Amino acid sequence: MRAEKRGDSIFCRRKENFHTEAGSCGNKKKEGRRWRKCVSSLLLTALLSVLTGCHGKEGMSAFAIPEEFDASRDYEISFWAKNDTNKTQTAIYEQAISDFEALYPNIRVNLRLYTDYGKIYNDVITNIATDTTPNVCITYPDHIATYLTGVNQVVPLEELFADEKYGFGGSKVAFDAPKTEEIVPGFLEECAFGGHYYAIPYMRSTEACYINKTYVEALGYTLPETLTWDFVWEVSEAAMEKDAAGNFAVNGQKVMIPFIYKSTDNMMIQMLRQKEAGYSTEEGEILLFNDTTKGFLETIAKHAESGSFSTFKISSYPANFLNAGQCIFAVDSTAGATWMGTDAPLCDISRDKIVEFETAVMPIPQFSPENPRMISQGPSVCIFNKEDAQEVLASWLFAQYLLTNEVQIAYSETEGYVPVTAKAQNSAEYQDYLSRCGEDNAAYYDVKIKAARLLLDNIENTFVTPVFNGSTSLRDASGQLIENTVKSVRRGQEIDDAYIEKLYKDTASLCRLDQIGKSSPVSGEKADLGKLPRTAVLLLSALLGAWALIILYVVWQAVKRKRK
Amino acid sequence: MKKLTSLLLVFTMALACAGCGSSAKGGDTDAKSEGVMTYEEYMAADLESEVVVEAYVQAKQSWWENQATVYAQDKDGGYFFYNMTCSEEDYAKLTPGTKIKVTGYKAEWSGEVEIIDATFEIGEGSFVAEAEDVTSLLGSDDLIKHQNKFVSFKGLTVEAADESGAAFLYNWDGSGQEGDDLYFNVSVDGQTYTFTVESYLCDSTTDVYAAVKGLNVGDTIDAEGFLYWYEGVNPHITSVTVK
Repeated sequence: MRAEKRGDSIFCRRKENFHTEAGSCGNKKKEGRRWRKCVSSLLLTALLSVLTGCHGKEGMSAFAIPEEFDASRDYEISFWAKNDTNKTQTAIYEQAISDFEALYPNIRVNLRLYTDYGKIYNDVITNIATDTTPNVCITYPDHIATYLTGVNQVVPLEELFADEKYGFGGSKVAFDAPKTEEIVPGFLEECAFGGHYYAIPYMRSTEACYINKTYVEALGYTLPETLTWDFVWEVSEAAMEKDAAGNFAVNGQKVMIPFIYKSTDNMMIQMLRQKEAGYSTEEGEILLFNDTTKGFLETIAKHAESGSFSTFKISSYPANFLNAGQCIFAVDSTAGATWMGTDAPLCDISRDKIVEFETAVMPIPQFSPENPRMISQGPSVCIFNKEDAQEVLASWLFAQYLLTNEVQIAYSETEGYVPVTAKAQNSAEYQDYLSRCGEDNAAYYDVKIKAARLLLDNIENTFVTPVFNGSTSLRDASGQLIENTVKSVRRGQEIDDAYIEKLYKDTASLCRLDQIGKSSPVSGEKADLGKLPRTAVLLLSALLGAWALIILYVVWQAVKRKRK
Repeated sequence: MKKLTSLLLVFTMALACAGCGSSAKGGDTDAKSEGVMTYEEYMAADLESEVVVEAYVQAKQSWWENQATVYAQDKDGGYFFYNMTCSEEDYAKLTPGTKIKVTGYKAEWSGEVEIIDATFEIGEGSFVAEAEDVTSLLGSDDLIKHQNKFVSFKGLTVEAADESGAAFLYNWDGSGQEGDDLYFNVSVDGQTYTFTVESYLCDSTTDVYAAVKGLNVGDTIDAEGFLYWYEGVNPHITSVTVK
């Protein structure tokens, strides 16, 4: 059994799921659980602004593609990667590095493993300030928007994509790389913002609803073709019925939380998108605090009050409850599929607690079944700029290597991920993998392959949220609204207009969303972050004082010489 | 004049030291302030209810963004304060033994009973708990009564952590690297348990981290740590002694 890992550590400790993908990959201990502090990203941004300011506004020179890759030199590049606390994924990264180094013996890749995106984000920001960013980094576009606060920190990639020699499938690339058109266009577009491509997609997933179909039917219901919110709420309430002994009738146990959502920020974002309600504009205007959101919160509060709904941060991993027969609808990432179901290859609860049931894998609940909408998520890869353009080119070659069929297919098969290239998706090897769904409970675990298929069948129904400097905080705020509402209900507070008004105000304030609204989207134009910290003021004053004294001394010496 | 000044300084220092000494030992570790729950009352309180407890810091696990996670204990039981509001300045004051009055909400997460959304005040008094030997309780229903306490385990045998025969793993499945949590298996009376060196509580520079990395399958060890819970007992080990 793995110990649950909470708390994050940058300067000290704390794990946070800035992004749900990290949190949603089953029960990884190195991810944080609760109370994501949206203030963190703002504080980090502020820190970044102050520190990069100290390093000079010019920042680094823009990257220019060298005419030729200088293979006579040795390069050492760092790759900060995220895995789902999954040994196979680690092995795939190591194999990819080994294979790449065999192709390019002069490039050495140093792998640094992370288990959640939030930690990578924090570390990158800290390292931007000290000019020690990694070369290649798994990341989320939202995070890149913050990295761009530093001038020329992240390499725009469109010219590299198209470079005849070293671009996708270029003439001097030493491996069978995909061509640009072989990358799933929607996935590639997710990496474009502010007029540039700042990343390449690495893996994609979405959320799925993992359902105890046995219990749904025991309650007298039949799963509809498309899952709806109304259906999920109705069945969840029905599951709250108890017998004379005080046990839940459906499972005969003392514990039953019929509906558990892993990532509440995704929950809110997807509900809003399905209703075509406001979240934010492309420019970064905040629209989250609206009446549709209020309606959602009131519904959620009602079901939290009955005990039929809870969240990962409040209760625990949906998979633990699902597998113990204590949950009916568990929403989590498709990249968490190997933890779901009676026969799940990965499990945190003891075997004697697992109950037998049939697992259905369906898209998340919808408001309009005829127009399903679900989030697209998953890791992307960005490249940090360096003074040495050859080093950047070496980094690009490695990043591109991550899109080869070998890496794409191997990694996607570790979870309910989908390769980001059509080249990999359409390969005989990947098609064979999909066709063997359910052959065993390991490589061909049916829940995992069904989860991957779910995304493959719905690529056109996926969406992403606008990326701008502060979009991470807005995402956090979305989840915070749900988490706080559920907590308040559990503590006996009434959820009325006054409560929601205050919640909106507090959340906006905590996440400094008023400041986000004023910032520009990925333009490099900085938001007014208020007064400089006292320490920064002292430091700057000391520097000014020192310079003043130096100048005074020089002038004095000059005057002295003149008098002589 | 110099002599007089020196004498004055020595006298002042002596007074200051005496003051420190009395503060460190002052306070009745059994007595609870008004409005504060006893450990028994705390354990009887409903989940999600507001609780007020007094306890003594035993170990700090983390601080980040004005939130601290702390193991604490009083004479009767252990507490886990998760992400308690705490300035960095106050965090520095939370040395082992420091008395704190904590107001927050009782919660449970995967079996771990804790106090969340809490604030605290530093009080007078000091108490550092001796590790309580709970070896005989491993595998019993009574073990959970000692949740969050500083405990010890004696005469454990190190077992293979995976099929490769490794004595420990980085992360639960070996997917990690230096600096990540360490997982190792130990057995007693034919039953095997998984122990963890939680890298936030004890990072890679600590003696326990090095000690676990030096373990061999078959070693007999004594261990100390905090009785954390995650879907069952999952001690966060802070020291290991190879016999």
